[in-house]
Amino acid sequence: MPLQKDHDAILFNHHSDGIDRRGFLKCMAWAGTGALCVLQGGVLKSYSLDNPGHIAKAARGELSFVQISDSHMGFNKPANTDVVGTLKAAVAKINGLPLPPEFILHTGDISHLSKPSEFDTVDQILQSAPTKDVFFVPGEHDVLEDNGKQYLERYGKNTKGAGWYSFDKKGVHFVGLVNVMNLKAGGMGSLGAEQLEWLEDDVKHLSKSTPVVVFAHMPLWNIYPEWGWGTDDSAQALSYLKRFGSVTVLNGHIHQTMQKVEGNVTFHTATSTAFPQPHPGEAPSPGPMKVPAEQLRGLLGVTDVNYSRKRHTLALIDSTLG
Amino acid sequence: MKRTIWIYCVAISMVLALAALPLVEDPLAAGSPAVDIKIDNFSFTPPTLTVKVGTQITWTNGDDIPHTVVSDDQSFKSKVLDTDEKFTFTASKPGTYSYFCSIHPKMTGKVVVE
Repeated sequence: MPLQKDHDAILFNHHSDGIDRRGFLKCMAWAGTGALCVLQGGVLKSYSLDNPGHIAKAARGELSFVQISDSHMGFNKPANTDVVGTLKAAVAKINGLPLPPEFILHTGDISHLSKPSEFDTVDQILQSAPTKDVFFVPGEHDVLEDNGKQYLERYGKNTKGAGWYSFDKKGVHFVGLVNVMNLKAGGMGSLGAEQLEWLEDDVKHLSKSTPVVVFAHMPLWNIYPEWGWGTDDSAQALSYLKRFGSVTVLNGHIHQTMQKVEGNVTFHTATSTAFPQPHPGEAPSPGPMKVPAEQLRGLLGVTDVNYSRKRHTLALIDSTLG
Repeated sequence: MKRTIWIYCVAISMVLALAALPLVEDPLAAGSPAVDIKIDNFSFTPPTLTVKVGTQITWTNGDDIPHTVVSDDQSFKSKVLDTDEKFTFTASKPGTYSYFCSIHPKMTGKVVVE
């Protein structure tokens, strides 16, 4: 990939509901080698990871954490017959980060079929991560058959309802939401009245200068409703976050990186550690995408997030397993 | 006492009826109609299907991702179907059954039983 010059940096700051398609395509074209996205004053700047000059200037703040997603343990179809190997590669990538993360967020679809052995395997692989603090939210594949009972038993201690919760780290407020339960025919992801009520109450006491990071499995913005890539009642959840100066939303589910800035909110989706999915509308369905073996790891990855209090920035760095 | 005898009679006749059933109403032996619905590319094909009462409907998942078949009114509900797994429902009552995949709710279909 060629070095990106200054004027090649993506600069977009729009307030419409739609996707800045040109901006995304450009950003996604970089996903193969990773992209650094820095939020400053509501404007997202994105640079290729291949330009060390830019990366050196990246904010290195007080808090660093990693997002992984969609490990789909148990999946064994042609799109990736070794999801154990690629999750291990993701953990190796985390171990190789210049700054060890304080914790890891897993944004769901831990397992492929909610089998106990699948969860066990993921838990075992994550033992090799540099931190034992892993925060989960369920994906729809983690709550099959039993309405999420097993998920709650394993990962839901100290959570409310179907597994939602919040915690604070170094002045940043983190909120884990569940949008994969009680899905309605014809709909997308769903948070539900009880969780929305809890969220409103949870953030009520925070000062508006508190940086807020919300993470959930399905996107909390409508990326592509035709494929169900969105959450029916996400607008209400986001309305409770309007008064905050900095909100970052981290999702999985779509197995590719996408980002958007809308007002005070930066939306970001992570790659999967298991298999890629097609770009919206570019295939008959969102099913697993089979790519040549040598390209697979370039489409899987981890997201490294750094927060700098002084600069008021949250920097997101997507790096691939390739 | 009279009531108990009456219940016994009903129970005995039911047992007899059930025992006789396989001889005359075995779906395969009697040639009951059977139809298939394919699950491919996150959609049900055909999306709307009209069948006669007694028709055996079989859904087969051809995707690399698991799906379910759940009617909106819960009259039928499959377990999670992994690749190539099947679910069968015999349409015993007339009506319109809207159904969806509870994992991917954008996937919807309809069975009309006449």
